[in-house]
Amino acid sequence: MALLTDLDRPSENEYLSCIRCGLCLAVCPTYREYLTETASPRGRVILARKALEGELELDEPLVEQMYSCFSCMACNDLCPAGVRPADLALEMRRVGEQLRPASWKKTLFEGVIPKPGRMEAVTFPLRVYQELGLRRVVYALGLRKLMPGQLRDLEAMLPHMPQRPLRQVLPEETPAKGESQRRVGFFLGCAQSLMFAEESAATVRVLARNGCTVVTPKDTVCCGMPAIGYGRKDLVMEQARTNIALFEKAEVETVVTDCATCGSTLKEYGALLAGDPEWAKRAAAFSKKVRDISEYLFEIPLEKPQKQVNLKVTYHDPCHLRRGQGVWKQPRQLLKMIPGVEFVEMPEADWCCGSAGSQLITHYETSTRVLKHKIDNVESTGAQAVASGCPGCQMQLNVGVKQRNLDVKVVHPILLLDQAYGED
Amino acid sequence: MLDKETLDSLVSIVGKDGVLDSPQDLVAYSYVGTFAEHRPDVIVLPRTTEEVSRVLVLAAQKCIPVVTRGMGSGLAAASVPFSGGISLVMTRMNHILEIDEANSIVHVEAGVVTADLQAEVEKRGLFYPPDPSSIRHSTIGGNIACNAGGPRCLKYGVTGDYVLGLTVVLADGRVLHTGRKVIKDVVGYDMTALFTGSEGTLGVVTEALLKLVAKPRFTRTALVDFPSLANASRTVNAILATGTVPATMELMDETAIACIEEAMHLGLPLDVEAILLIETDGADEETVVREIETAATAARECGARQVKVAKDEAERTALWKARRSVSPSLARKAPNKLGEDITVPRSAIPEAVKRIKAISAEFGLPIVVFGHAGDGNLHPNILFDKRNPEQWARIEPMVGKLFSMALELGGTLSGEHGVGMLKRPYMVQALGADSIEIQKRIKSVLDPFNILNPGKVYPD
Repeated sequence: MALLTDLDRPSENEYLSCIRCGLCLAVCPTYREYLTETASPRGRVILARKALEGELELDEPLVEQMYSCFSCMACNDLCPAGVRPADLALEMRRVGEQLRPASWKKTLFEGVIPKPGRMEAVTFPLRVYQELGLRRVVYALGLRKLMPGQLRDLEAMLPHMPQRPLRQVLPEETPAKGESQRRVGFFLGCAQSLMFAEESAATVRVLARNGCTVVTPKDTVCCGMPAIGYGRKDLVMEQARTNIALFEKAEVETVVTDCATCGSTLKEYGALLAGDPEWAKRAAAFSKKVRDISEYLFEIPLEKPQKQVNLKVTYHDPCHLRRGQGVWKQPRQLLKMIPGVEFVEMPEADWCCGSAGSQLITHYETSTRVLKHKIDNVESTGAQAVASGCPGCQMQLNVGVKQRNLDVKVVHPILLLDQAYGED
Repeated sequence: MLDKETLDSLVSIVGKDGVLDSPQDLVAYSYVGTFAEHRPDVIVLPRTTEEVSRVLVLAAQKCIPVVTRGMGSGLAAASVPFSGGISLVMTRMNHILEIDEANSIVHVEAGVVTADLQAEVEKRGLFYPPDPSSIRHSTIGGNIACNAGGPRCLKYGVTGDYVLGLTVVLADGRVLHTGRKVIKDVVGYDMTALFTGSEGTLGVVTEALLKLVAKPRFTRTALVDFPSLANASRTVNAILATGTVPATMELMDETAIACIEEAMHLGLPLDVEAILLIETDGADEETVVREIETAATAARECGARQVKVAKDEAERTALWKARRSVSPSLARKAPNKLGEDITVPRSAIPEAVKRIKAISAEFGLPIVVFGHAGDGNLHPNILFDKRNPEQWARIEPMVGKLFSMALELGGTLSGEHGVGMLKRPYMVQALGADSIEIQKRIKSVLDPFNILNPGKVYPD
């Protein structure tokens, strides 16, 4: 086993200033479910510190405590002392991975996820399953009820998947409607391309309609968030370099994405490559150009939509948008400008929905408990649709809505704006 | 370490998910809101008074220490289990059992978070005033155990002023009910008051009957800048001399302001020595406005540079969020801090502030001053680095000087944090040997085998 001191590990400044006040307990979704210190941000900070200082064994159960964090970053945001417990939990996963590398992670995060072709191949059976109508058969026969709870929920998580990934359909360059005012890059995220193609197609249409020539490099690779989440930040550097180089080549002034998670990761490339003399400057310049779609639309002259979309809509803040990028006003503003939309704020709109990437798979019980609060809040608004610009959140919200048989649509805000522009 | 039989018995009482003893759990329950640490042998999370009672019966049989704990925000290390044993965590007893609107009384379990209780009763036009800075991360049970205060105590009083009755599990597992749903009750000794503030040394509070008042319909909050700290502390008495009693008068010195501004970017003034956060509240808007104006005038006469009244609820909320974050934000200046909460008679506030700064200069370590100036409860916070032995060595004499100073001015060691572990050495000086001896005898009547939070409050 590697010596602790030789590892890529958090510096002591990241945990020393925790004075253990406990403020973070009040905003932590996992604390709220279990009401135990061990499942709280403060608990994780102390465990990390004790493990790094050698007072506590850095064993698998300890690392598991770091995986029980949902990375919602509410604690990061709140801590008056400037400690970032959620970041520390991620770094501790990285430490755990260096001590006991899991080979499946290497295969998945190095061999599959960063290779768009392979990702598409892996998810192909899912699309076939949907397209052949099995989905309808399963529903019709009530077979869905026969599946164990978790499988049922995972099935419910899937949106109606596109026949072909958007990557294969979207042109490399989409011309602006009318005279081109700007040349923007579009970073097409994996989940968006594979599962929410309609949304990203709408994003590109909305950009083009507002005077943007949209360049979508086809060879972009996964932003890297899944690997970071599983303690393989080291594998992300190469992905970051690939993506940066592609957008440099595309000669765009801005890089837009409609996935909250991709956006927050791309904005971190500067920090990620800060220690790489060849790439530090390029990465920082790239990250500075990155915008979430809702953020970007309010930086340019935006055409007011005219078509009525008669819908009562509430909004769920993706953690990676609200806290990861500090973007929360714009998506609301966007929804409110759509004629016919009755916007209603839900209680605790900025609390995590329990998705956190893959917690529904790895931490099913906690994830569904966190989701329950979210769906209670959605339901309390009486909204017909809940908007959220993150594929992870959307999948999770789909599960919640279906579990409770609610007549609530889960949408990306951009889809409603696109609808309000109409087809002309 | 507890034997397997004991652990099995605990599991049979509270269920498997209510007994934690992994190394991670033991470390997570080894601290509260200070640097002091000691691991328990096991953590037990009960859900009912009956479960607590059965845990206590077992603990009494086996003479296992029981240290009750809420959310662990305490600043006196009162719920750190220095003798090991059971960390009895009340967070899962978090139900509001009844809101009796006709009598304005609420019946709660000890693990209810204070802010949750406030939000719930406010929906019905009622108000639970005590507001320790930890309202969102502390429990009613913890508040009662420490007799917690907060900014609003100036006008509304402390936690104990709202406790009408308690359900307490005694050291042998018996369940005692004190008080009733009545405001006046002089039958026998005041047992409710005895358990309030007893820091888990006399019994385990599992439920409480709390008095509520009508929710004030209007508030006005003013931020007052002072170029001189001495003038800010003088203002407190000048305002009270007008006959106006604001709900709060919070003092923050320049270091506190700088830390909070760095953390929250609210646009607080960085070129003043102090600010006062003054709030008036009540049922009548005209009176509330008049009171804040009276306070503003008095402040200006004492040398205030600027008085800014919050223009809406969002601004007010931001100011209070800032105030509640002062203590933790000090960590930006030094890795460790020791926050005290001495209280002096109101008239002695300016002198106390002056002497605190003198102690800071004498020992060469910064002391930040903030606190509830209106009721004389100050929070001098010493900033230091525990890893530096030379700095660490200065802490104890500094704290001793602070306490002596408070006592000399006619004040006391602690206004709201409690004694816990950290203030024990100063108890005789504060209360006298007779008082300590009587209190120790009360303790031995209620807890003859000394299993309830042993080693706290009284010197050995």
